[in-house]
Amino acid sequence: MLYPITTTHYMILSAALLLIGTLGVLTRRNIVIILMSIELILNAVNINLIAFSRHFGHVTGQVFAIFVITVAVAEAAVGLGVLIALFRNKETVQADEIELLKW
Amino acid sequence: MLDTVFFYIFAFVTLLGGILTISRRNAVHSAISLIVSLVGVAGLFLLQKAEFLFAVQIVLYIGGVMVLFLFVIMLVNLDEAAKLRQFNKQWWLALAAVAAVGALVYYFLRQGAPALRLAAPVTPSGEGNVETIAKVLFEDYLLPFEVASLLLLAAIVGSVIMAKKRV
Repeated sequence: MLYPITTTHYMILSAALLLIGTLGVLTRRNIVIILMSIELILNAVNINLIAFSRHFGHVTGQVFAIFVITVAVAEAAVGLGVLIALFRNKETVQADEIELLKW
Repeated sequence: MLDTVFFYIFAFVTLLGGILTISRRNAVHSAISLIVSLVGVAGLFLLQKAEFLFAVQIVLYIGGVMVLFLFVIMLVNLDEAAKLRQFNKQWWLALAAVAAVGALVYYFLRQGAPALRLAAPVTPSGEGNVETIAKVLFEDYLLPFEVASLLLLAAIVGSVIMAKKRV
């Protein structure tokens, strides 16, 4: 017995992927993996946008997914550039060892 | 019927890849798991009749961003990092918070489920998906499109300056 897939299925999947990404950002110490988790979060957003684009029968959601991908690519490039600069100066990639601004 | 089967396959691939991404010790394994997850998302795009975004996802994410990640993993020495503790001290708090938000989201999605039956596909006429997107993108959203090019320029300059040895 297979039920047809509704927009709710896509929203639950997208919420699950978003929560997995959030868990990665909040718990991992390795900055590279934190950046990968951010990519997961942005992909969850894209799934949601596409599902609603189909739901309302309009492609605006897909256009916004393109913008989200653009921002994600820019973010990854800048984030990895920062990571390289950080590794050159501090010799670490552990997020909780970078505490220059901590009080 | 076939759609349902494919949805569950792609959803499983996506979530499994995501879980492996945040739980692997070796960063290269994480990157490969992320590729698996992104392929699953691309399959979901195809299932939703978004062919253009399917192609963009494959070319840009799996071809571009992941190569960038793998380059940086090889540039930055992660062998010592793999031997250290992988999760920070507040992991139980983060897990509890994420579980609470997940339960809340699930509850409200179940509440609103009857309103969200899937509509017909976006482009029923002879017009293709790429054409429809291009029309909307270059007519209604031309200014955001141009601003996105500025954003990419700023990102290129910024990342080159960040990664340079001496500014």
